[in-house]
Amino acid sequence: MSEQAVSALPGAEATGVVTVREMGLQGMVSLRGDLAALGTVVMRLTGAEMPAVRAMTKGRGIQVAWMSPDELLILCDHGAADTLVADLTQAFEGQHHLALNLSDARAMFGLSGNASTLRDVLAKVTPADISALHPGEMRRTRIQQVAGAIWFETETEARVICFRSVAQYMFDLFTVSAKDGGAVGFNR
Amino acid sequence: MLTLTCPCCGISACETELAPGGEAHLKRFGPGSPDADFESYLFLRQNSRGVHFERWRHAMGCGKWFLAARDTATLEVFGTYSAQTTEPPADIIAAIRAKRPDWSPA
Ligand SMILES: [Zn+2]
Repeated sequence: MSEQAVSALPGAEATGVVTVREMGLQGMVSLRGDLAALGTVVMRLTGAEMPAVRAMTKGRGIQVAWMSPDELLILCDHGAADTLVADLTQAFEGQHHLALNLSDARAMFGLSGNASTLRDVLAKVTPADISALHPGEMRRTRIQQVAGAIWFETETEARVICFRSVAQYMFDLFTVSAKDGGAVGFNR
Repeated sequence: MLTLTCPCCGISACETELAPGGEAHLKRFGPGSPDADFESYLFLRQNSRGVHFERWRHAMGCGKWFLAARDTATLEVFGTYSAQTTEPPADIIAAIRAKRPDWSPA
């Protein structure tokens, strides 16, 4: 199945004051349930600690993000998502939960560049307090007209995820926000 | 701009990240209840000028419902609290009284 999988905007890239790239296929598994009862299995299958509120933790090539009081997002290799869902489903058999491979329902973008300019490009299109966002936290918010989530891998490398159906909108939006001359010098 | 702190995820959310859900603490009158009660449940609201309790959903965020106490005239926010609450909690009442000594719960 994954051999035929195609990401939302393969190879899309635009460079202005920062570089915007569609990141290609990305595994995303949604896990819902009583978070207090999921931690041990999540640790065993991903190597990642249960994240605190809004936090992200790292495991074996995997990141786990806190999405809501009863939801986690597990970021993994695209090809590993189905297996992970099967393992989670087996581990939580008889326990109220939901494990679902949402990889192909989503799109992911990478924005990289100068730390302060990068924050400006993001801050222009969301009401979220980008100056307060640092690596290790995921901020779900509104990104102009659509829902999305933003996090920093490093101070100079940001990630944005959104629904696949609005991938073109998101790419075009950040392309405009990152246009040459678009730095506003707010974040320093 | 109205900013409410979501008690479910701790984010100070801009009004545009939230979906409004109308008046909080309504008592539901369903099938079999008197017409007058059903009508008031469906249509009749306090529409307060001043202290007001509302439902909000953190739609562009954690997705959860929560409740908020604010002043509809000044937009001053007294506090936000769990949606799993049938009446305003004591700390919210105290926060309102501290700012509005003349106010009393309906
Ligand atoms: Zn929230």
